[in-house]
Amino acid sequence: MDIARKHFITNSIRIKNGKIFLNKETILSLDPKIDFSQFLKDAYKQLALKYPKYHKMDSLCKLGVLGSTILLRDQDFTENTALVFSNASSSHDIDIKHKQSMESIVSPAVFVYTLPNIVLGEISIKHKLQSENVFFIEDQFNADLLVDYSETLLKSGKASSVVCGWIELKNDQYDVLLCLVSNNGEIPFTREKLEELYRFDNE
Amino acid sequence: MMDILLQEDSIISPLGFSTSENIKAIKAGNSGLQFHENSRIQNGGCYAGILDASLLADKFSDIGDAKKFTKLEQMMLLATQSVLNSNQLNLSETALIISSTKGNIDLLDNSQNFSKNRASLNYLARVIQEFFGFKHKPIIVSNACISGGLAVAIAKRFIQVGKFNDAIVVAGDLVSDFVTSGFQSFQSLSATPCKPFSKNRDGISLGEAAAAILVSNKERKGNNISLVGDATSNDANHISGPSRTGEGLYKSIQRALQESKLSASEIDYLCAHGTATIFNDEMEAVAFNRAELVHVPINSFKGFYGHTLGASALIENILTKHSLLNNELYPSLNFEGLGVSKPINIIQKFEKKELKTALKTASGFGGCNLAMILKKSFNGYS
Amino acid sequence: MSDLRTELKQSIIVQLNLEELTIEDIDNNDSLFGDGLGLDSIDALELIVLLEKDYGIKLTDPNQGKEIFISINKMAEYIESHRTK
Repeated sequence: MDIARKHFITNSIRIKNGKIFLNKETILSLDPKIDFSQFLKDAYKQLALKYPKYHKMDSLCKLGVLGSTILLRDQDFTENTALVFSNASSSHDIDIKHKQSMESIVSPAVFVYTLPNIVLGEISIKHKLQSENVFFIEDQFNADLLVDYSETLLKSGKASSVVCGWIELKNDQYDVLLCLVSNNGEIPFTREKLEELYRFDNE
Repeated sequence: MMDILLQEDSIISPLGFSTSENIKAIKAGNSGLQFHENSRIQNGGCYAGILDASLLADKFSDIGDAKKFTKLEQMMLLATQSVLNSNQLNLSETALIISSTKGNIDLLDNSQNFSKNRASLNYLARVIQEFFGFKHKPIIVSNACISGGLAVAIAKRFIQVGKFNDAIVVAGDLVSDFVTSGFQSFQSLSATPCKPFSKNRDGISLGEAAAAILVSNKERKGNNISLVGDATSNDANHISGPSRTGEGLYKSIQRALQESKLSASEIDYLCAHGTATIFNDEMEAVAFNRAELVHVPINSFKGFYGHTLGASALIENILTKHSLLNNELYPSLNFEGLGVSKPINIIQKFEKKELKTALKTASGFGGCNLAMILKKSFNGYS
Repeated sequence: MSDLRTELKQSIIVQLNLEELTIEDIDNNDSLFGDGLGLDSIDALELIVLLEKDYGIKLTDPNQGKEIFISINKMAEYIESHRTK
């Protein structure tokens, strides 16, 4: 779509293997061998999130709130910022936890997270976003879908900016790329650029 | 903007195996909700709309071997087949959009004859794609209880930018132990068949169903209804509790109206979400009042189907479409006196009435809300 | 008696993931919801689970919670007179 030229990837965040990159620069590097819940705790502390609700969330939401908070720090955005997220495993890890709890007493605080779009709700609450939301399931990262759909929202005026990306979590293995897309920036919002950010590996 | 048309559709539910069977049951006042024993649940069971598995397998045997497919797959395949039967579509160009919240989630524990990989939504989508031979990879939407309607909105949005011209939207969800035990822990299962918007409502009834619809920019035979406005908006308030001010729902209604260039006073019928929990129905009433929809005839179909989760907003879209085509208002089943703090105009008996426009809304966990506006096309009168 | 209150605070912190709070931060008369600990509706449901798991008390009517989950003192009083384990 030629219209894609008008929007830019203003900011991007990548979370993988114990590392967090903001616009390809390492902002946190922890031992990849520490267990996932410890990673989420340490990242929260070191990046000074100061949001006690974080601790109540399931891991998928923690990843999303962590990523979006760093992504949106010091950025101009309005409540009309849409969230266009995707992954392969939906809410797999918390689904397993709920399934196990069905043997004894089911926890409402676990069950409530057994939908992939809850992370969109948590991010909306944290950053006061009251715009369009969608959660797509894909077997692998699909830049085409993210670009095409985000463009329909921006082009039709349904949103003024978009946070789009991939937030995969399965058996504590995580892989996150979130991008803020708006009228500001230098990187054109195209499939190629999004792919490049996803493939980017700084190791 | 080009007209986006809601065309051939199908509903597979305890009320029947086609849209017309479903509407016939609704007109007769039949509900799919029955008491089902379940030792996991307080009171030894709950009211739910559950499809008879052997009846389904029997119907399914017309198009495939029921033993090779899960219950949900059979339902979604039947719904899709029925839409494909009545149209000559080129499946190398037609998009497939799938909506489900939990898919085959009960397969997670390997307790059934299928591998646990089959619990994933990607697997479910591939089964549907390959059964019919859709060329393009399906788009899968999993966005809580607005999924089925959001999938239709996504079809429209993509058609409008020229990504494709025809899309089949298929939605389905089951009454699983997974979900039932969760709603039980939320203490939100009703002790009786659910009673949307009523004084003595005490929670939801769950239901299962599948539905499919063809969304297109091409005029075809039969009667067409246009989707002229659609918007989602997050409450940004709480992940499970509906906003007290109905903020997100109100905003989504305003945005959908704006796109449709209609005002609230031009809406002839409102098909609400109406789950029958205390807080949801109250939130909707607040939002509808803020949106000045106090006098618009309103119903909820949850008394007929229960809450069919990722299928509900698609089924209710289809029923809204047929209300417009038939010029018929269907009563909100199990209504027993208004139990919300703001006035709304609940449809209490069947009525024939000239209808041109309708609003369909839905809300779900994660604070999501959806509004869609349907309108009779100029040449689409029955 | 105060042991039950301490135990309650400890399990509420763990069960509701109030990571940044310690037992000393919670006063026996602090309100648990609203301006006090700021618990929400999911927490209330989770407290119902806690009563059942730890003290064998089953609440079937969600409204009952409103009268019990006022403060640590109120909860402890209710548990003392209703516990089955």
